[in-house]
Amino acid sequence: MRPFSYEKAATPAAAASAAAKNPHAKFIAGGTNLLDLMKLEIEKPAHLIDVNGLALDKVEATPEGGLRIGALVRNTDLAAHDKVRKDYPLLSRALLAGASGQLRNKATTAGNLLQRTRCPYFYDTNQACNKRAPGTGCGALAGFSRQLAVIGTSNTCIATHPSDMAIAMRALDAVVDTVQPDGAQRHVAIADFHTLPGDKPQVENVLKPGELITSVTLPKPVGGAQVYHKVRDRASYAFALVSVGMIVQKDGTGRLAVGGVAPKPWRVEAADAELPRGAKAVAAKLFAGAKPTHDNEFKIALTERVIEASLADLRRA
Amino acid sequence: MKFTQTEGKNRTDRQKVIGKATPRIEGALKATGKATYAYEWHDIAPKPAFGYVLGAAIAKGRITSMDTSGAESSAGVLAVVTAENAGPLDKGNFNVVKLLAGPEIQHYHQAIAVIVARTFEEARAGATKIKVRYASEPGVYDLEVAKETAVKPPARWGNEPDSAAGDFAGAFAAAPFKIDATYHTPAHSHAMMEPFASIAAWKGDELTVWTANQMIAWSRADLAKTLKMPPEKVRVVSPYVGGGFGGKLWIRADVLLAALGARAAKRPVKVALPRPMMANNTVHRPATIQRVRLGAGKDGKITAFAHENWAGNQKGGSTETATLASRALYAGANRMTSNRNATLDLPEGNAMRAPGDAPGSMAFEIAIDEIAEKVGLDPVEFRVINDTQVNPEKPAQTYSTRKLIQCLKTGAEKFGWSKRNAKPGAVRDGNWLVGLGVATAYRGAPTMNSGARVRIESSGRVIVETDMTDIGTGSYTIIGQTAAEMMGVPLDRVDVRLGDSNFPVSAGSGGQFGAVSATSGVYAACLKLREAIATKLGVAADTLEIDDGFAVAGSKRVALGEVAGTEGLSAEDKIEFATDREKHLHYTFGAHFVEVGVHAITSEVRVRRMLAVCHAGRILNPPAARNQIIGAMTMGVGAALMEELVVDKKVGFFVNHDLASYEVPVHADIPHQECVFLDDEDPTVSPMKALGVGELGICGVSAAVANAVYNATGKRVRDYPITIDKLMRT
Repeated sequence: MRPFSYEKAATPAAAASAAAKNPHAKFIAGGTNLLDLMKLEIEKPAHLIDVNGLALDKVEATPEGGLRIGALVRNTDLAAHDKVRKDYPLLSRALLAGASGQLRNKATTAGNLLQRTRCPYFYDTNQACNKRAPGTGCGALAGFSRQLAVIGTSNTCIATHPSDMAIAMRALDAVVDTVQPDGAQRHVAIADFHTLPGDKPQVENVLKPGELITSVTLPKPVGGAQVYHKVRDRASYAFALVSVGMIVQKDGTGRLAVGGVAPKPWRVEAADAELPRGAKAVAAKLFAGAKPTHDNEFKIALTERVIEASLADLRRA
Repeated sequence: MKFTQTEGKNRTDRQKVIGKATPRIEGALKATGKATYAYEWHDIAPKPAFGYVLGAAIAKGRITSMDTSGAESSAGVLAVVTAENAGPLDKGNFNVVKLLAGPEIQHYHQAIAVIVARTFEEARAGATKIKVRYASEPGVYDLEVAKETAVKPPARWGNEPDSAAGDFAGAFAAAPFKIDATYHTPAHSHAMMEPFASIAAWKGDELTVWTANQMIAWSRADLAKTLKMPPEKVRVVSPYVGGGFGGKLWIRADVLLAALGARAAKRPVKVALPRPMMANNTVHRPATIQRVRLGAGKDGKITAFAHENWAGNQKGGSTETATLASRALYAGANRMTSNRNATLDLPEGNAMRAPGDAPGSMAFEIAIDEIAEKVGLDPVEFRVINDTQVNPEKPAQTYSTRKLIQCLKTGAEKFGWSKRNAKPGAVRDGNWLVGLGVATAYRGAPTMNSGARVRIESSGRVIVETDMTDIGTGSYTIIGQTAAEMMGVPLDRVDVRLGDSNFPVSAGSGGQFGAVSATSGVYAACLKLREAIATKLGVAADTLEIDDGFAVAGSKRVALGEVAGTEGLSAEDKIEFATDREKHLHYTFGAHFVEVGVHAITSEVRVRRMLAVCHAGRILNPPAARNQIIGAMTMGVGAALMEELVVDKKVGFFVNHDLASYEVPVHADIPHQECVFLDDEDPTVSPMKALGVGELGICGVSAAVANAVYNATGKRVRDYPITIDKLMRT
């Protein structure tokens, strides 16, 4: 781990402004991902800006009938929040499918959106990884890629985004609220928040230098039956092979986002439209243009099955 | 004492303490954090420096240049030790690859330097400033490819790699029912909770290491040999070990580099291997490819049996002998087994819980399920029909005790086996397909000579000292129980001191020989101490009775503390096992029953309940034995469903080298587990009449899971672990 300096920010705008002045600065909130990555020399910030005291830890109703979730709301608290459980059960279930109780107690809403991939080649600094060390190549493409992405990938990177929470937020059409170094606010639809690797896999979202997430806003509840089905190699405390967050209305219409298959929460509106026609039709639209590897091509068929199982569960419910 | 013949009645038969359910005598220390593990000797080494190990970034080749100056001038760094400046080093008898490499690199993450600094963080930061250039060489990492050039390995521990009896080829050709199937088991990581960790301190030319180790005497000898110093000058201390599973049988880089770092920095140094280094820097259970051919008659009797195994290792390394136990497991006159070893450039393969038999049973006990189905017999019934009480390769050799049939029948009864539907895929519970599976557990019961010293103090307390280790297994308690039984004192008047090379050499912990051997050593020392008491009291040893802390002979009744006097009374002895091991096969047995659910749509697998019925001679402490079995069942579930060290065959390393990516079962994976022991004792092995249970529980359990998955789905996956993608492809 490299030596670093540390400051505690006074306001969100001050935090953003401080971060903008130092290209080697990072925000730290729960630290559940950043500290690990620093120990492994994958993240090497020279300066940490602690945002924990910024009073961004409230969950509030919005005038539009939605919910504004402060950036620092801990995953445990968000999952247990009455309104979330009642109106956005998908979000609560997705949160509880992630990590462990201890990690969820520390991990924050914004930090969850910003967590890095769990690709083993990203994690081993001796290996080629364009995301960690741009230009070095991708060890996973010719190596072990069972856990990695099948769609939205590029020749430089096939890493997945590991978040469960973000899958639910994508299905719920959340909006990411930020403050910029000059104090101006920005509202980015979660669909546009995470970026695909292209030829710059080191860039994972649209945040500008210094820009700080202050909250995530959910639109008013959409109702329907909501399910989060996460499939993994063990029953708990593992990243998804495939996960499906789905909302289906009484008339059979609905929406879904899937995890474990792409560099960002994966949702295709044309696939949503196929929900009344069943899993096969949905999967065909979700994975149009997919480029799986030999190791991970099963994820496409598996996603279809998980959609089918989720639909079956919802029918029974 | 020499153990030369079947034991008659002895004092352990009283079972006032031995055999009674006894909580861990060191449990409170562990629960309150007072048990000192290797990295935690804060009082003895109060201001240690910290060593950080740098591992090789390539799998095979040479270091062409290494610039350590950046690290040497890094804040807080006290010393950087490499193969170049470490001084002459030898290699331990039990080490295959070098623990400090350079310039030649034999495997990925092989240690090439230790950076010693005032703090752990400074040491780790220093490590990043070492500039290494390598010349990589192509290596062989794919067992499937290397298998073609595999050779017959030398005999190891007295076991020949091959065996044969009768005419396998003829019998197989003529068999009315047969199977010929190939199975794959991957490499496994020990993944014990406590990492490899050591503190080393020099006093002149004398070295003390506080480490995490299973075999004190061997490791002392190997550390001394590696450092080219006399063993008497090395002290190894390892009283508490947070899991070993075979990984800590021998010395690893942590202890050598702590010693070298301490010598260079001229102060105590502590080294722990970070978790991401453990898979590639240390050792693992090697992968295997196994072919099983079985022929059976219409009566269900096995007529032809062949079990062949291929594994790989570093040049000079041992092989994973997966066919040893199956040789004598079931009856049948015509048989052959073989083991072949290939040279691989992966990290060194070595012992992991039930080496050979764990992966061997993973394959072989599926094969039994397959042939039973071919014949049209229930798999429990098939195993019963093919039971043998003699070694089918050498029929003059009988099992000392074998109650496999009783294990199977008791288990079938308890588990509700009769409700199993033999037709695969026929039982459904909502979206879940439900299946039942069975497999035999079998594991050898070896012994090792073992010594102990027992002392009575004037207070009447009994002190036992032996270099035996407790790797979480419960050695403290069974040794305490043995001494309490033998010396006629309550257990709370016994102090057990373990894991120090200053104590008499014991069997150590490995091969499930530890419990039976170490307690027998304590038994021997206690007998000698009883003689000393008799002598002191002027009575014949066989007239002496000791109970409730009093020695009684004739009209004399003297408190033990009084007999011992202010000087105390001490005796040391060791058990030497000298029975004719050719006469009997000494094995432990069990039957595993597993119920799984497999999601009908997604192929997710969930184990729903498990039962093991075991037969392992006298059970010294039932809760500790149960703990061993259910722990091993858990490990077997991991091997069945998720555990695999994945090889990157291009770069040549285990890719998933941390606990986020090498998944072991968590609580949510483990359902109701039950373990039952048959009442028994085996007087042919030791005076304790016990065998061993530490490895028995893992043998066969993975196959029972696999067989249950087959019963649930009709899908036979022969390539472990049985993951969703494989079930989808089958």
